[in-house]
Amino acid sequence: MSLAAHLPALQVVLPLLSAPLAVLLRHGGLAFAIVTAGAWSAFAAAIALWLQVGETGAISYHIGNWPPPWGIEYRVDRLASFILLLVAGTAAVVLPYSRASIAREIPRELHYLYYAMFGLCLAGLLGIVVTGDAFNIFVFLEISSLSTYVMIALGRDRRALAASYRYLIMGTIGATFFVIGIGFLYLMTGTLNLVDLAERMRSVESSRPVLAALAFITVGVSLKLALFPLHQWLPNAYTYAPSAVTAFLAATATKVSVYVLIRFWYSVFGETLIFHRLPLPQILLLLSLAAMFAASFTAIFQDNLKRLFAYSSVGQIGYITLGMSFDSVSGLTAAVVHLFNHGITKAAIFLLIGGLVVGLAKPDAHRDAPAGSRDAVPPAPTFDRLAGLAQRMPLTCFGIVVAGLSLIGVPGTAGFVGKWYLILAAMEKGQFWIVGAILLSSLLAVAYVWRFVEVAYFRSPPAGCARCEPPPGLLIPAWLLVGATVWFGLDTSVTLGTALDVARQLVKVGA
Amino acid sequence: MTALQLALGIPLVGAAAIALAHRRPNLREAATLSTAIALCAAVLQLLDPVLAGARPELTLLEILPGLAIAFRVEPLGMLFGLVAAGLWIVNSIYSIGYMRGNGEQHQTRFYVCFALSLGAALAIAFAANLLTLFLFYEVLTLLTYPLVTHAGTDKARAGGRTYLAVLMGTSILFLLPAVVYVWHAAGTTDFAAGGILPADMGRGAVAVLLALFMFGIGKAALMPFHRWLPAAMVAPTPVSALLHAVAVVKAGVFSVIKIVVYVFGLDALAGATDWLVALSGFTIVAASLVALHADNLKRRLAYSTVSQLSYVILAAAILAPLSLVGAALHIAAHAFGKITLFFAAGSIYTAAHKTEVSQLDGIGRRMPWTMAAFGIGALSMIGLPPAAGFVSKWYLVSGAMHQGAWLALLVVLLSTLLNAAYFLPIVYRAFFRPLSAEAVHHPHGEAPWPIVFALTLTAAGTLALFFFPEVPLALAQQLVQP
Repeated sequence: MSLAAHLPALQVVLPLLSAPLAVLLRHGGLAFAIVTAGAWSAFAAAIALWLQVGETGAISYHIGNWPPPWGIEYRVDRLASFILLLVAGTAAVVLPYSRASIAREIPRELHYLYYAMFGLCLAGLLGIVVTGDAFNIFVFLEISSLSTYVMIALGRDRRALAASYRYLIMGTIGATFFVIGIGFLYLMTGTLNLVDLAERMRSVESSRPVLAALAFITVGVSLKLALFPLHQWLPNAYTYAPSAVTAFLAATATKVSVYVLIRFWYSVFGETLIFHRLPLPQILLLLSLAAMFAASFTAIFQDNLKRLFAYSSVGQIGYITLGMSFDSVSGLTAAVVHLFNHGITKAAIFLLIGGLVVGLAKPDAHRDAPAGSRDAVPPAPTFDRLAGLAQRMPLTCFGIVVAGLSLIGVPGTAGFVGKWYLILAAMEKGQFWIVGAILLSSLLAVAYVWRFVEVAYFRSPPAGCARCEPPPGLLIPAWLLVGATVWFGLDTSVTLGTALDVARQLVKVGA
Repeated sequence: MTALQLALGIPLVGAAAIALAHRRPNLREAATLSTAIALCAAVLQLLDPVLAGARPELTLLEILPGLAIAFRVEPLGMLFGLVAAGLWIVNSIYSIGYMRGNGEQHQTRFYVCFALSLGAALAIAFAANLLTLFLFYEVLTLLTYPLVTHAGTDKARAGGRTYLAVLMGTSILFLLPAVVYVWHAAGTTDFAAGGILPADMGRGAVAVLLALFMFGIGKAALMPFHRWLPAAMVAPTPVSALLHAVAVVKAGVFSVIKIVVYVFGLDALAGATDWLVALSGFTIVAASLVALHADNLKRRLAYSTVSQLSYVILAAAILAPLSLVGAALHIAAHAFGKITLFFAAGSIYTAAHKTEVSQLDGIGRRMPWTMAAFGIGALSMIGLPPAAGFVSKWYLVSGAMHQGAWLALLVVLLSTLLNAAYFLPIVYRAFFRPLSAEAVHHPHGEAPWPIVFALTLTAAGTLALFFFPEVPLALAQQLVQP
C-alpha cells in the first residue's frame, strides 16, 4: 500500500508521536519544531483527505488490517474531513504563534511540556473525528481532555488552576456519561463500530437501554460542547488559559464535540428516533435560544475582553445547535458551516487578544513587576486598560473589529453565511418567530463588539504610551485567520459546498 | 477592462493611493481629485450604452450557491451613479478647502474612507441582485461610521452610536429577513423588470414584505427610523454634504425605488401601498415642522433631507409611472440642491464660525456668493423654477393627479408652503437684516476659494438641471418603459 492509503492513520499518528518525542527531548525549541512539524503534516494529510473524500466518497481504513466490526475502523467521510481541516488547520496556525506567545506566559522549563500537551490534544481531537469506533471516540476524548486540563492550568494567573479543576470535574462527568451510554449500546447491540451500530440499532431502537444510552451520550457530549446551561466551565477556562490555548480550544474542542453529537444523532441513532419520536428538537431549540440570548447578553457586561468573547462563544454555539434542531438540509448546513466559520473567527479573535496582552505588558512591565520575573501575572485585557488602544495597536484593534463583524454576521464575512442558512431554515419551517429571535440576538453581538470599538477608538489613551503593536510572530498568524474570516465570507465554495454535501447526505427524513 | 470594472475598481485603487501618500498632503489630495475625475469618466463611459439600451454586466464571487456578487447597470442605477460620481469631484475640491481651512485631524483616514464609501455607493447603484445590494448597503454603513465620528469627541461618539444603532438595527432586523424571504419565496434575488415575486404570493405576505423593506432600508429615513440622519450631522460638513445629502441617503431611496419596481413590480403592489403613502406623507410634514423650529443650520438641513427623502418614497408609493419618473429625477434634483445648501453651511462655518440660523443676520453682504448659492438651493427644495426641484415635483404631482392620489397632493402642497417657511427667512435674514452688533466686530469675507468655487458649481448645476433635464429624464423614463 502506498503512503496515501495510510492517510487516515497518519492523520492521528504523526501528532501523537510528536508528543512523547517532545518530552524525551526536554528542550523548548526542539519540542516546538517537532510538534509543529507534526501539526503541519497533519494539516497536509487533512487537505489530502478532504480532496480524496470529495472525489471518491467516504474512506474506510482498517487498523492492522482487521476488518470491521472486529477490528477498529477509521472512517473519513465528507463531514469528518471538513472537521479535520478545521482542527489541523487551526493547530497549524496556532503553533507558530505559540512560540512567541508562551515565551511570555509560561516558564521556560515548562515549554517542552506545553508542546507535548498540544501535540497530544491535537492527536486526540483528530482521533475523535477519524475513528469509526464508539469506544475509540471515548479514548481520544479523554486524551484530548486530559491534555487540555494541563494546558489550561499552565496559565500564569492562579485562577487558571481553579478553572482547569472545574473543567476537569465537568469534563470527567461528561466523559463518564458518554462511556456509560456507549456501554448501554454495546449491551444491546454487541458492537462498537458506528456503522455496524447504526444497522443493528433498528431492531432495538425503542428499548429502554437504548433511550438511556441516548440520554447519557447527549448530555455527556453537551457538557463538552458547552451547550447552555452546561457551559459553566467555559468562561473561566477560556479567560485564564494561555492565549494560544484559548484560541486553539475555542476553534476546535467544542466544535469536535458538536461533530460527535451530529455523528451519533444522525448516523447512529437516526433521525426518526431523534427528531420524530422524542421531544429532542424542541429541547435543543429552547436551549439554543437560551444560549443565544442569555450568554450574548452576559457577554455585553463583561469587563475582561477574553471573558466577553468566551460568553460570545457560548451564544454562537447556540446558533450551531439551533441549526441542528431544525432537522432540515438548510438547518444542518447552517450548523456545519457556522461551526467552521465561527471556529476560525474565534481563533482569530483570541490570537489577537493574546497579542494585545503582550503589547500591553510592554510599557507596563516596569510597573507591575521586575522584567523577567516569572511570577508576575500578565495584565488582563480589561476594558480600563484598553482605552485608546486603537492608536497604540491599530492592526490588532482593526483585526478584532473585522472578526467582530463576522460574529455579528455582517455580509462579506464568514459569520453571514451561517446566519443566512439559519434564517432560511427557520423560514422553511414557517417559524417566523425564530427568525426574529435570530436577528434580535445578532443585535446583542453588535452591542458587545461595539463596546470594544468605543473604548478602543474613542477613549483617549493614557498619557505617555507609545505604539506597542505585538511582534510579527503574533500578528501574522492572527491576521492570517482574520483574512480567512473575510475570504470564507466571500468565496464559500469550500465551506458551504462541503456543508451542503454533508447535510444532503445526513438528512434523509426531514428533507 | 470594461467601464463597469473600472467604475467599481477605481475607488479601491484610489483609496490605496491616498493611504500610501499619507505623508505628503498635496500628493494625497491630488490622488483624491484624480480618483474622483477618473471615476466620473468611467461612469460617463457607461452612459451612452445604457441610454442606447445596453445593460453592462459583471459577475464576481458566488457567495451562496446561485447567489453571486453581481452587477448590472440599468437606467436608475446609472442616474444614481452619475450623480454620486459627478458630485464627488466637486465635493473633493470642497473637502480640500474645508479640511485645511479648519485644520482637521486624521485627514488621510478621512479621504480613504470617503473614496471607499463612494465605491460602496456605486456598487449599490449597479447591484444586480438583492444580496449584492444588501452587502454593499452594510459596507457603506460601516465605512461612513468613521467619517461620522471623525471628531472623536463624546458628541461624535454619541452621534455615531445612534447612526450605527438605527442603520445596523433596521438592516439586520428587517432588511435581512426580507432579502432571505424573497430568496425563499422566489428562488432568486435578481432584479427584473415587472418584479420577481411568485404570482401566488398572498396579499398579507406582500404587505409584510413591503413593510420589512421600507423600514429595513433605514437609509431612506422613513419615520420613525429617521433619527440617525440628524445624529450624523456631527460629521465634518463635506461628509454631511456628499454622504448625507447624496450618496448614503440616495442609496436608501434608490433601493426603495429599485425594490418597488424590480422586486415587487407595480402591478403586484396595487392597493398595498396606502399606508406607505400616508406614512411618507406624515414624514414629509412632520420633518418639515421640526426643521421649521431648528435653529442649528445643519440640523434644519438634515430634517429638510428627511422630508425630501420621503418625497421619493411617496412618489414610489403612488405607483404611477409618471410619479416614478418624478422619484428618479428627485434623486438628482435633491442631490444638487441639498449639496449646495450644505456647502453653504460649511462655508459659513469656515469663514464666520457660525452654526445657528439666528446668527446669520446680514451675512449675505459679506458672503454674497455663498448666500446666493444658498438661495438657489432653497428654491430647488421648495420646488420653484428655475431650479431642478421644480421638474421632479412636476412629475410627482402629475402622477398623483393621474392616479387620483389626493392625499399625496395635499401633502405636497402643504410641504411646499412649509419648505418656503423655513428656507426663505434664512435668505431674507442674510441679505436684508442689518449685521448684529457682535458680528460687526468680527470682520470676515468669503470662505477659501475651493469652497466658494465648489458651491458655485453645484448651484449652477441646480439651475442647469432645470434648463437641460434631458439626460436624467431619458434615464428616468427608461425606468418605467424598459
